[in-house]
Amino acid sequence: MQKTNRNCSLFISEDGGSEELLVVLKGEIDHHSAVWVRTEIDEKIMRYRPSRTVMDLSGISFMDSSGIGLIMGRHTRMQAVGGLLVVREPNERIMKIFELAGLTRIVSVERESRKRRGRA
Amino acid sequence: MKEKEQKRSYSTECYNEMKLRLPSLSVNEGMARAAVAAFCAQLDPTPSELADIKCAVSEAVTNCIVHAYRDTVGIIYISVKLCRGGLVRIEIKDKGCGIEDVELARTPLYTTDSAGERSGMGFTVMESFCDKVRVFSGCKKGTTVTLFKFVKGKE
Repeated sequence: MQKTNRNCSLFISEDGGSEELLVVLKGEIDHHSAVWVRTEIDEKIMRYRPSRTVMDLSGISFMDSSGIGLIMGRHTRMQAVGGLLVVREPNERIMKIFELAGLTRIVSVERESRKRRGRA
Repeated sequence: MKEKEQKRSYSTECYNEMKLRLPSLSVNEGMARAAVAAFCAQLDPTPSELADIKCAVSEAVTNCIVHAYRDTVGIIYISVKLCRGGLVRIEIKDKGCGIEDVELARTPLYTTDSAGERSGMGFTVMESFCDKVRVFSGCKKGTTVTLFKFVKGKE
């Protein structure tokens, strides 16, 4: 399922069934887009109750502290359904904001390719 | 170059200015930071400096929308001044509800949101990404946030 709302687009794979929910975000996360993204993801989490939700941030070009709220909120929601939230491929800029909030101590962050460094 | 960096005065002469006023609709957040970034582009900032500015502006504008004009729509006044010595002064002003305790509001992770959807990191992000942040606020009068950022630029 692909949806776009102005400067942010969202793809949620629904084929994983109850195992893993993959959410691929592209564009900009601010307070405006976070409100919309939150509703979309939560609806799927409540419907599928996955054991793992992966938020892929590799296509995010801008994020402010609204992104921290978005991720913390989804982390709490996944805990409520007995699952885990994983954040995948945040760029250097996003990592900087995560570290300010101490988010990396709470949510698991997967970073495989470090090639994006410098382009962040 | 070196001399300028050593002095780092926050009150140098302004030589170029932009003003922008927008209603406090969340859809305008992207526009506000993009407009400020576009105006600052003439300083030839590094991608990191530009990202710092965009992020700080986004935080301040979001505060106007979420807090100052909570249940209403008001005007957000943005002024960007380019000053000597590579200083950018960005003033973000509202005529909203004001902040009761500015010091408390600036505390990392402090939020009035009980639903757990906001991080309480807005002012902390502004402070980390700028060289100085000044906040004036009066109850029911409004808040003025001034962001000071030195742009060294490429080279």
